[in-house]
Amino acid sequence: MVCDHCGKNEAVIHWTQIVDNKMSTFHLCEPCAADKGLEPGTGSASFPLTDFLAQMGKESGVEHVSPNGPCAFCGLSLDDFKKAGRVGCSHCYVSFEAHLRGLLRRLHGSTQHLGKVYLPPDPTENERQERIAGLRRKLDKAVACEDFERAAQIRDQIRALEGIA
Amino acid sequence: MLDLTALSDFGLGWLEASGPNSDIVLSTRVRLARNLQGLSFTSRCRPAERAQVYERLSEAVESGNSLTGGVALDLTNLNRLSRQVLLERHLISREMAGDGSEAPAPGAGLFLGPKEVVGVMVNEEDHLRLQALLSGLRLQEAYSLVDQLDEELGAQLPFAYHPEFGYLTSCPTNVGTGLRASVLVHLPGLVLTKEIGKVLQGIGQVGLTFRGLYGEGSEVVGNFFQISNQTTLGKSEEDLVDHLNRIVQQVITYEMQARSVLMRDAPAVIEDKIWRAYGLLRYARSLSFEEVMNLLSGVRLGVSMKLLPGLRVYTLNKIMIYTQAAHLEQAAGRPLTESDSDLHRAAYVRRILATEGSVSEDREALDENGRG
Repeated sequence: MVCDHCGKNEAVIHWTQIVDNKMSTFHLCEPCAADKGLEPGTGSASFPLTDFLAQMGKESGVEHVSPNGPCAFCGLSLDDFKKAGRVGCSHCYVSFEAHLRGLLRRLHGSTQHLGKVYLPPDPTENERQERIAGLRRKLDKAVACEDFERAAQIRDQIRALEGIA
Repeated sequence: MLDLTALSDFGLGWLEASGPNSDIVLSTRVRLARNLQGLSFTSRCRPAERAQVYERLSEAVESGNSLTGGVALDLTNLNRLSRQVLLERHLISREMAGDGSEAPAPGAGLFLGPKEVVGVMVNEEDHLRLQALLSGLRLQEAYSLVDQLDEELGAQLPFAYHPEFGYLTSCPTNVGTGLRASVLVHLPGLVLTKEIGKVLQGIGQVGLTFRGLYGEGSEVVGNFFQISNQTTLGKSEEDLVDHLNRIVQQVITYEMQARSVLMRDAPAVIEDKIWRAYGLLRYARSLSFEEVMNLLSGVRLGVSMKLLPGLRVYTLNKIMIYTQAAHLEQAAGRPLTESDSDLHRAAYVRRILATEGSVSEDREALDENGRG
């Protein structure tokens, strides 16, 4: 198989990426792979993987999603995020919601948090009710597992929260 | 500059080898990633904002929570060697320790509670990384400790939270619960019987992942594997912790089975391997860290299988920590070249085995009688 990039040498590195449920595979020879910063045995830290994928995407005609505007709070752009793999602030989850929702689903198989419901300092009535609902879910589970010690603790937490009302 | 030598075994409670299965499970860690609302995440914070994160945690600790009465370390006040020592004790991450002479970014800190079991890394990838670190396999206990700290801090400081996505983090792989539970297990039986590949593959199939001794991106040394949950969203904290616990119990069972097979099929080879490892550690004059880790793996197997009476897991845990490069430099009080370091390492191991690890020969005599 010849290299997808130079079309001359034998391809020795095979790279598969999945973007929006579309799978693309690239075959590269060693010099071209080295050119892209992809070498066999290279540690992942020095691996400009996302740059590489972005570039490959352009060259092989993979649809390039036009970036949203930058996050109004921290100024991070969607491209910056794709390069670094880190968002800049909590508002980025709203600014790039569509992209992140897809990513979260691929990473975790879900976008719905089922862990504890956060009760901030000075909670609103709504936040308090959400927290109580979350605790009730935990209570049901603890009872189902016959973990009665834990169930009693959760029940006390619910009573304390209901007592504030 | 703060001098950490005053705190000789600072933050090393998890070495005590006291928890369940502590001959196979070195330690249990549960961490929660949290960020303060209204500030950019650490990588996009200005220096003043990073300092603000440290200050706000400091104030919360002063007004009373599980960390009150413990230690607060501003990493920018520590020299390179002290930061490396903290890294080698698994108390801060590689990013926080900084490499070479590069000083850590402003606001980088470590808070440890009075019992040093719970702590917070400040201005790592997330503003706050709450963690509990215990000896042996104690996942529920570790979660319950870090959960309590989270409840206290969350009532004092506003955390970034989204009704659908849960706790928001810098890296989308941590979103939701922000929980990463990990267990450091010693699996020489599975490595020697070449079953380890299958086990690690199985771990991947049930939503868990494994890493080396120092976490993400690190090599597996001395047959130590760090097993942890891969996903953080879509399951409750209890479910994530219980799932990991069940799988680790299963891995321990496989490891015990592998050890039985080894002792059934090749007892002489295994005993020889264990005693050779002990002999080298006890008498060698120069040892690299990797060599120590590999020999310790054999000796740990021997202690766990009661083939080396008189030697304690705690002693082996101590050797593992104190023979790392920064710990040796700190003890020597001067920089060491690699070959100097190998000499100091071997001297330390000889000394500690002579005082704490003299193995009684009774068992050997018994074996000879038994076989004769």
